[in-house]
Amino acid sequence: MLTEPRTDASAAATVSAELALAAPTRLSIRGVSKSFAGRRGPVQALAGIDLDVAEGQFLCLLGPSGCGKSTLLALVAGLDFPDCGEIHTDGHRVTGPGRDRMVMFQESALFPWRTALGNVLFGLELKPGLTRAARREVARYYLDLVGLTRFAHAAIHELSGGMRQRVALARALAPNPSVLLMDEPFGALDAMTREKLYGDLQAIWSQRRKTILFVTHNVREACVLADRVAVMSPHPGRIVQVFDVALPRPRDINSERVAALASRITATLAGSLPTETRR
Amino acid sequence: MRRTLTFVAFLLVVGAIWESLVAMGAWREVLLPRPTRVLGWLAESLADGTLVTATLVTARRLFTGYAIGVVVGLPLGVLAARFRVLRDSLGVVALGLQTLPSVCWVPMALLWFGQTEAAMLFVVVMGTTWSLLLATEAGVRGLPPVYLRAARTMGSRGFHTILHVLLPAAFPAIVSGLKQGWAFAWRSLMAAEIFVTILTGFGLGHLLHYGRELHAMDQVLGVMAVIVSVGLLAEHLLFGPAERWLRIRFGLGG
Ligand SMILES: Nc1ncnc2c1ncn2[C@@H]1O[C@H](COP(=O)(O)OP(=O)(O)OP(=O)(O)O)[C@@H](O)[C@H]1O
Ligand SMILES: [Mg+2]
Repeated sequence: MLTEPRTDASAAATVSAELALAAPTRLSIRGVSKSFAGRRGPVQALAGIDLDVAEGQFLCLLGPSGCGKSTLLALVAGLDFPDCGEIHTDGHRVTGPGRDRMVMFQESALFPWRTALGNVLFGLELKPGLTRAARREVARYYLDLVGLTRFAHAAIHELSGGMRQRVALARALAPNPSVLLMDEPFGALDAMTREKLYGDLQAIWSQRRKTILFVTHNVREACVLADRVAVMSPHPGRIVQVFDVALPRPRDINSERVAALASRITATLAGSLPTETRR
Repeated sequence: MRRTLTFVAFLLVVGAIWESLVAMGAWREVLLPRPTRVLGWLAESLADGTLVTATLVTARRLFTGYAIGVVVGLPLGVLAARFRVLRDSLGVVALGLQTLPSVCWVPMALLWFGQTEAAMLFVVVMGTTWSLLLATEAGVRGLPPVYLRAARTMGSRGFHTILHVLLPAAFPAIVSGLKQGWAFAWRSLMAAEIFVTILTGFGLGHLLHYGRELHAMDQVLGVMAVIVSVGLLAEHLLFGPAERWLRIRFGLGG
């Protein structure tokens, strides 16, 4: 009887410690190259990538299909290793996957055998020092954050595309990473759902302060979301130019300033393309 | 519910027609007795316990053998999916042996184990293991790699990944493998029981066999009815819940 309130208090303490903001991390990518053994010889997916993302910065990787965006994200996630070069988060070299870097994948990676809540719980179950009750509370916090409180027990196939991406976002946020790696998370959604998610993602980002590396091939999307936009070119994947986006937030995708920046970036993208066709 | 009612009505109609045809002398009852006689035999052997004992003997063989087959086949399937060497060795063996009707194991089982429970179990295990191994292997190997990558980023490794990602993700394939394994096990056990007398216990297959030897067609039909019922019931109890869960969670039809 006596121990009961104490465990409650300590559970509450672990939950609030768990939900405390993780200090955002500085991400630095130095001279990273990566090639794959293709069927017709090696494919140079990335060549000499140098990129820095400051603490809490939102950086968009923008480039045409096949320029190595997903590859770069996988390297930062520690799912694959660069042929040469190094990746550091706050001075720690990336040598494998870690809870400090969570990924939202390009294809749907939600686990269909788990409910929405179960998916968010997955990463938390692997985090030591959390009681069952604490994990559930944390998971519910993130489902609330993405606006899916009422769908905690829904099966994945019952959710719309937009809702699924919200669950995926909650799942990536739940282990409280300092870096969020997002690979075209809204690519398969319709324009209206996407615009709603831009707003929500920006709100969540300003609330949870993450360093975000966000992959897209949608120029406007990059201009609405990013602090900086890194434009890539294919064959081999390189960073052509990095744009600073100094527009006030929240941004409207239909505003003139976004459109103006987008057309400047589009011109850069187009300029980098002939190298591919001349190949 | 509606389906059950329809089916019961159908049975009653067919039974009534059959009964009256026999009553009119359409064929000799030695060849095909009237349904009421079969029911009579069922009631009698239920009362004197032979039917219950035989069913229990058969069920025990079936469940023990099936359980062993699952315990062996499932992990081997996962391993074969993960390790190329196993796939190219054991996987190929499984592919071959799966096409072998499992009654074909009976001669070998008899030589090895004699007319014992072990021989029956062996046949059932051989019927279960290979198809389950192949289904599990195919299921695990066909998984989208992104599940494993996602699990790795969240800190899942080794055994945790197998338990919490590979197996549940492959569950739809595993369930169909389990069903197929079950069907093979059940058929092979019946064939084996009809084929050989086992000194350690009389199963349904033996009852069927002796029904023939005694020219007791009421017994033959009665045992066949029990075999059908056991098969249906077990499938319902074993796979009903799993398939319901699949439907709710994965949204799979069927
Ligand atoms: N595992 C692999 N094996 C062989 N080649 C690969 C592999 N992964 C990527 N590649 C190659 O590397 C290049 C970059 O691929 P990547 O998936 O990173 O492109 P992307 O920029 O993400 O494209 P998209 O916008 O279409 O998603 C492509 O040419 C691709 O064919
Ligand atoms: Mg990609």
